[in-house]
Amino acid sequence: MLEQGNIHLPEGSIEKQTTTLNLGPTHPATHGVFQNILEMDGERIIKAESTVGYIHRAFEKIAERRPLYQITTLTDRLNYCSSPLNNMGWHLTCEKLLGVKTPKRVDYLRVIIMELSRISDHLICNSIVGVDTGAYTGFLYVMQYRELIYEVYEEVCGSRLTTNMGRIGGFERNFSDVAFQKIEKFLAEFPGVWKEFENLFNRNRIFIERTVGTGAISAERALNYGFTGPNLRATGVDYDVRVHSPYSSYEDFDFIIPVGTTGDNNDRFQVRNEEIWQSLSIIRQAYQKVQAFKGTEADVYHADAPAYYLPAKADVYTKMEALIYHFKIVMGETEIPAGEVYQSVEGGNGELGFYLISDGGRTPYRLHFRRPCFIYYQAYSEIVKDTMLSDAIVTLSSLNLIAGEMDA
Amino acid sequence: MSLTHETIKETLVAQFGDKILSWEESYGMACITVQADHNLKVLTFMNDDPTMGFQFLTDLTGVHYPDRKGEEISVVYHLHNLKENVRLRMKIYVPVEKPDVYTATGLFSGANWMERETYDFYGVNFVGHPDLRRILNVDEMDYFPLRKEFPLEDQTRIDKDDEMFGR
Amino acid sequence: MSRPVRFNMIQKDFSDLGINNVQLPEGHTGEGFFATSLEKVVGMARKNSMWPLPFATSCCGIEFMATMGSHYDLSRFGSERVGFSPRQCDLLMVMGTIAKKMGPVLRQVYLQMAEPRWVMAVGACASSGGIFDTYSVLQGIDQVIPVDVYVPGCPPRPEAIIDGVLRIQELVQNESLRRRTGEQYKALMDGYGIQ
Repeated sequence: MLEQGNIHLPEGSIEKQTTTLNLGPTHPATHGVFQNILEMDGERIIKAESTVGYIHRAFEKIAERRPLYQITTLTDRLNYCSSPLNNMGWHLTCEKLLGVKTPKRVDYLRVIIMELSRISDHLICNSIVGVDTGAYTGFLYVMQYRELIYEVYEEVCGSRLTTNMGRIGGFERNFSDVAFQKIEKFLAEFPGVWKEFENLFNRNRIFIERTVGTGAISAERALNYGFTGPNLRATGVDYDVRVHSPYSSYEDFDFIIPVGTTGDNNDRFQVRNEEIWQSLSIIRQAYQKVQAFKGTEADVYHADAPAYYLPAKADVYTKMEALIYHFKIVMGETEIPAGEVYQSVEGGNGELGFYLISDGGRTPYRLHFRRPCFIYYQAYSEIVKDTMLSDAIVTLSSLNLIAGEMDA
Repeated sequence: MSLTHETIKETLVAQFGDKILSWEESYGMACITVQADHNLKVLTFMNDDPTMGFQFLTDLTGVHYPDRKGEEISVVYHLHNLKENVRLRMKIYVPVEKPDVYTATGLFSGANWMERETYDFYGVNFVGHPDLRRILNVDEMDYFPLRKEFPLEDQTRIDKDDEMFGR
Repeated sequence: MSRPVRFNMIQKDFSDLGINNVQLPEGHTGEGFFATSLEKVVGMARKNSMWPLPFATSCCGIEFMATMGSHYDLSRFGSERVGFSPRQCDLLMVMGTIAKKMGPVLRQVYLQMAEPRWVMAVGACASSGGIFDTYSVLQGIDQVIPVDVYVPGCPPRPEAIIDGVLRIQELVQNESLRRRTGEQYKALMDGYGIQ
């Protein structure tokens, strides 16, 4: 019998072996089509190689064949968790190129919609982080209240997810009373729900231990990788497009940019949480500002730019001028100045940029989307190196990667 | 805002002289065109120089101009000075027969995939890139789809009447 | 302490609560027996215990989240258990654009599923390529795998997805037990190069 104790083997008799694990592209824990080929030493990741492009739809090539309005439908499908943000980013780009000035009321209405969609984006991300750490309840609970946001969208534009909302210069119709009631309902009900959601997680030991200190990235590396949005702010850099290059009258609003310190999963979660509270406050401010418009001012919902703003359908059927403009805009026969524009908005995941080159033709000569997901996903292999596999999953979901936005 | 467009222009011209081919401002953003083989030098200078401080690469993409002989492919960089909050666009032009461009991956880790995407779409050969492969399309693809001469539509479809769809 | 036990002897009427029991298939009843064909019993059992495999790639997947969520609740239709392993599931729900790069993966997932298996193409992209008639997008998943039900919409509303599931249930219930071994089915599979 061998004595109880350590067994000493001659050196080199056991080869150090690593396993290759293929995670994705349809793995349930990846919430989208991402493929990662991981080289594992036990549970530890030695090397990760990311492959993307599994949902490449050639947006940029399509955009070269479509008049400006038809590109709005493409932007819906970039980051489909917050479509209106993309729509309005695109309309702002067009307005910049065409020199359309929007009235204040339109700006405030846009702010309401954009912040609502930011909430719906962060809500999905944070509840999915919960699912990946084993807390399904939070997800099922808040998904019910996302429907409230969708009801507002439906009232404003008729669609739930791929909204195709708004027009160049404003909205296609004024917000109805029902829409305002629904926004009020959301503002009344959601804070309590979100407080409860926070309480479920912030003092939950399992959640804290799964997220604190995992998936961290330093501010220098994050900047070097081109991080933007909540993921950059979680590292402690207070860069926010809404503040640095204000668009849509964001300078009229009072809000703070939440920042983290370590850039780990928990910081990202907390930054998104706090941004939801800030968004709620912005919506309240915007709502009050909108309510302050009285009389004829309260009927303003688009800019006075007949050459680019699609006329109302009733006018198209009854007025000659409206019919002509409708025809010209739909066929893309309007005068579009030649030039190059870069316009960015603070999307759900960071700086969503539109680089538009127009040569004066009916379609853009070139349209490039700066997709924040695509740019920061390349840091993933560096972040997950030397961490556990289970942490890598949480990191993937807390980065909030949206496949549609990433691959365009 | 202490960093004005004039300062940028003067600093760059003083440093590089005639390597800065053109300077223009459109829609509030300054745009410089740089001689193709000097892109990395200019990027490094703007990154390191304390007055410039363009240390954030916002975007990198390509454009195809089939009509411009000798400079068909353009590579466009969008840089951002986060401290002064100034944006700058930098362009270079290379001929389509020999689209060689120095890579910016040494300066910006984020340039890695953006350059791979540009290679995938336009076939720009980034000299010195650590891993220049196709990123969005399948590896077997034998053309660069965003060049203007290639069609958008899926060529395998048989249910569409070519005459009606204009191809 | 003994627990109160209620034996499930009496047929309870829940119809006022909106809960319906599954209807008995056609057959002969008598004193202490009920006779019907095996096919009908199997169809009934399969229909009400579908295990969906969500193959969600893009926007439609977000609507599927809403469908599975507490508001629309697909579980009411016997699809409580969303499986993520193709080997256990019998309904493949393809939601979202399938790029050409993804095509082989989708086919692989389909091949890994055990018979009987059904496929539902949710949304315009999965059904026909949708608005993305481009070089990189597969123009409908029926180019690589056979599809049973197409759900239109871009994306379909959760109600539409539920309707699609109900259509699948109809197919499942009425499917002949011999279908999967028949000549016609074999020809269909051969058409896709699947053995």
